[in-house]
Parts: sequence; structure tokens; C-alpha cells
Amino acid sequence: MSSQTDFVKLKKVSSQVRRDIVRMVHACQSGHPGGSLGCTEYFVALYYSVLKHNTHFTMEGKGEDLFFLSNGHISPVWYSVLARAGYFQVAELASFRQLNTRLQGHPTTHEHLPGVRIASGSLGQGLSVALGAAQAKKLNDDKATIYVLMGDGEQQEGQVWEAAMYAAHNKVSNVIATIDYNGQQIDGPVDQVLSLKDLKAKWEAFGWHVLECDGNNIEELVATLDLAKSLSHKEKPLMILMKTIMGKGVDFMMGSHKWHGVAPNDVELEKALAQLPETLGDY
Amino acid sequence: MIKFQYTDKKDTRSGFGVGLHELGKQNPNVVALCADLIGSLKMDAFKKEFPDRFFQIGIAEANMMGIAAGLTIGGKIPFTGTFANFSTGRVYDQIRQSIAYSDKNVKICASHAGLTLGEDGATHQILEDVGMMKMLPGMTVIVPCDYAQTKAATLALGDHIGPTYLRFGRPVWPIFTEGRPFTIGKADVMIEGNQVTIIANGHMVWQAIEAEAILAEKGISAEIINIHTIKPLDVEAILKSVQKTGCVVTCEEHQMNGGLGDSIAQVLARHYPAPIEFIAVDDSFGESGKPMDLLKKYGLSPENIVNATERVIKRKS
Repeated sequence: MSSQTDFVKLKKVSSQVRRDIVRMVHACQSGHPGGSLGCTEYFVALYYSVLKHNTHFTMEGKGEDLFFLSNGHISPVWYSVLARAGYFQVAELASFRQLNTRLQGHPTTHEHLPGVRIASGSLGQGLSVALGAAQAKKLNDDKATIYVLMGDGEQQEGQVWEAAMYAAHNKVSNVIATIDYNGQQIDGPVDQVLSLKDLKAKWEAFGWHVLECDGNNIEELVATLDLAKSLSHKEKPLMILMKTIMGKGVDFMMGSHKWHGVAPNDVELEKALAQLPETLGDY
Repeated sequence: MIKFQYTDKKDTRSGFGVGLHELGKQNPNVVALCADLIGSLKMDAFKKEFPDRFFQIGIAEANMMGIAAGLTIGGKIPFTGTFANFSTGRVYDQIRQSIAYSDKNVKICASHAGLTLGEDGATHQILEDVGMMKMLPGMTVIVPCDYAQTKAATLALGDHIGPTYLRFGRPVWPIFTEGRPFTIGKADVMIEGNQVTIIANGHMVWQAIEAEAILAEKGISAEIINIHTIKPLDVEAILKSVQKTGCVVTCEEHQMNGGLGDSIAQVLARHYPAPIEFIAVDDSFGESGKPMDLLKKYGLSPENIVNATERVIKRKS
């Protein structure tokens, strides 16, 4: 709960996670730093404050809150937070995207990486999976909550809206979805590629309870996630439109779609790390 | 004389409906999902008895596959039901990523496959589904031949772990496998013979049985094998038969590219090269018409099987 949350610690973790992200992507010269940096506070808030979870991973996660990542390309931030939270050794982060790794470019269950329950990468599928997991929780009389993160560009996928319609109709209210609302996608600003127009109105029209917050302000983010929790398990599914800045924390990456899927070179890595204090020790 | 007498005719989809209902009684983890085709998929009985375990998804098949994948995480065994076209082609990427690659125990149950869907025409007569599904790593693919076998296959899926594609159809069709053992991955030799191996699945098994009667009158001894499971394939049974007969005819209600015939040809090429002929739709879409007329027009009649058999026997060296 937010009143007990140690925000100093969360900020320290966030700084280290950002270092991990940049170093992972640099080491293999591939991956997606922009969205990962932007969503760092969200993942840290989830795994260090919000989720009722167990690092002794089981697929079912009985009695636990479950998290699904739909926009799988931001795997660096998830892997870093899973490792830092104790799901596996942080040293394994060095294997990201390398041959024989469990840390595949996009998350998968195929290599049995603890913390991952579904493959994602091809966009638009995560919300549907989350709804299925939520329905199973209900059938099992398990009162835990399902969390799912999607991208804003991902809202262009039709399946998202199939799931949106289903969740409201069936009152799947044990789901708290979040959209990383950074306004960027590969080919440019979302508004230029294919505008989402009034995204809040769209989700409300589909029958969801919509909250908004600054996803890079961890106090506000945790408060919003707590509020969502208090509103969940009632009638409506919950949606958080989470404004973030792509590339947050590294000045030359911030706010631009250019760093969606590009790795920094050696000089850029040093410039980035100089802005991100090493708080928990690099892997 | 036809060696299998049938006492009744029913649609294979009804076998699925009865099997699913039965499985629902046996296993509380079995759940069912449907995309607005409850009546067509014969899921009414399950829905009526287990309303809490039945999910009406609406016309949103992609969402249905995702929800099914998610349900497995909570230990459920989801059976999705819609037409074969919407069960495969429409949702291939969802099946590939959220089900197959994610190793989810989802049973994709697909009706109205193939030409015998009839009057609705080519938009719905999918003839590529088996190919798409058998290419997915880890996917089991089953095409039962009649009401009884479809029921048996559905029941068998309750204990089978792993993603599975179960394909069946719309028309009423002779029931001739009642009481025969059914094991996923095990071929069933329906009629023994020694001059040609005729391998069939789905509705084409009955066509092959009728063809065998014509062949027998002509003095040709044909072995009829029902390969209901295309993947994993019963390689041993295929080789055992072809080592005896020396040639093969495959029969399927599917494109020639990518179906049962391809799988059998691969086995022969690798282990026991022998002449093979293919009874299948040859790189064409279907069209509206009555099921039997369509099978005839597209070369899937017993007479076509007889002709192919005579050709393949001549090719034996």
C-alpha cells in the first residue's frame, strides 16, 4: 500500500533498472530501450509495492496477483525487474538476446523463465490472455488481481477492442489494465501514424472505469494503482492511461520514437550511464 | 460388398457435442468457449449443464484464442468451438504465439471443415487448416472420420496434455467406428489387404471403404488405414503396411499441399520410397453445392480413389 511504500527505495531500484536496460541493450546491440525506460516506474511499482506475488514461480500462481506484458518488446525492463525482485539471478541479464538464453528478445514461456506466463511480442494479444486468466481466477474462487500492460500504438490492433468489449460485458472486474501512453510508435508519433483520438472516451464507451496518471512519477503511479485496486472486483474492469516519456532518464533518448528499437553505441552507453546512478550494483 | 455396415448416420460435430458434454461431467476443469456458433458446434448441452464453465465470446475469435490461453494458466482445459476457417486461418497468429509457442493446453475444436460444408461455399470451406496447424511445433492434429470417432477423440482430449487441433464437419455421415479403440497417434487398420495401402482421414475414410468394395470386385486387394491423427503420425503403421503393399493412395478433404498426403509422402521419401497418389483438392478453392456433388466435382469420390489406386499399382516396379 502506498502509505507503507518506501519511495526512496523504489527510486533507487528504478535507477538501477534503467542502468540494466541500457547495458543489456548495448551488450547485444539490439532490443528496445525507449519503451523500457519509460515504463521503469510501472514495473518497479508493481513488483516492489503493488503485486501480491511469490518469487517461487509457479505457472498457476494460486492466490497471487498475476502480471501479463502484452507489448513484449519492452522485455528489458521486465527482465531487469524480475531479476532484481528475486525471480532469477541478476547475472543472467547478461545473456539477454544471446544464443541459448532464457531472456529471449520477446518474453516467452518456452525456456521456462520464472515470472513469464505467456509469450508476447506480436501485439494485441495480452489483454485477451489476461481476461482468460482472470476468468480462471474467478472459477477457482481466487480473489487475486490480474494486471496487464499494453502499448498505446498497440491500441491500433483490433483484438484489443474485442477484449475490451468482452471484459465489460462479462464484468471481468478483477483485471487492472494499463496503457503506456507515451505517444510514440516505430514510424513516429502515434497521432501522425494513426491517431487514437480520445482514448479515454473510447475505453469509457466500451464500459471500462478509466483512471489517468503520470507513469514516471512513482508516488502518483503507486497511488493510482492502489486506487484502481480499491475500485476493482466490483462491476467494471479498470484501465489506467499512464502517461510516460519514452526513453525517460536518458536525456538524448527522451521523447523520441527514434530510440524505440535502437541500441546505444559505446559512447552513448557511457553518456547514458553517467545520468543513472548505480544504486544496487551492476550485474 | 462394402465391408463396414453402418446402422446410422450422424454429423461428426454432434459427436463433438456429446463428447464435450460427457467430458464436462468427468472433469470439472474442462471449460468451453464459443464464438457465436453454439448450435452449429452442438455445444448446447455443455452450456446448459455447466453455465459457469461456458464462455460466450461473441464474434471475436482472436479474443477467444487469447482467453482460452489465459484460462489454462488457472489450470483449466479450454475447448474452443467455431468453424474451422475461423478456428485457424483467422486466428493463426494468436494460436501461434499465445497457444503453441506458449505451450498452452488449449483444444481448438473446429467444425464445418472442407468441401462437405456444402452450400455456404468457398469462404467457409477451409481446405488449408490441417496444413497450417500441423506446421506449428508441438501441435497435435486430429481429423476423426465419423460421429463415434469424433466423440472418442473429444473424450481422449481430456487426458491429453498440449495444444490440439480437432477438425470435424457438418454433413450427416455413416457411423462405422462404434466400439473400435481410439488412441491419439495410433492408426486404425480398417480393412486388411496386400496390393495397395489406402490412407484416409475424416469423411474420406468412408469414401475409401466404398472404394475398397469396388476394388475388391475388380480383384484388387486394398488395405484401408484410418489415420485420424496427422500429428504425431503413426509412422510405424504406415511403414508396416507399405512394406507389404508397395504403394500408397492418400485421401483427404483438404488441399493437396500441406495435408495428410504431404505427411505420408515425407515418411515414404525418408524411410521407404514407393509410388504414391493423392486424393485431395488440387490447388483450388471450393464452391457452393451439395456435399456429395462437391466431393465428386473436386475428385474426392470413391471412383476417384479407385482410379488413383489402379494408377499407383501400375507404377510399382
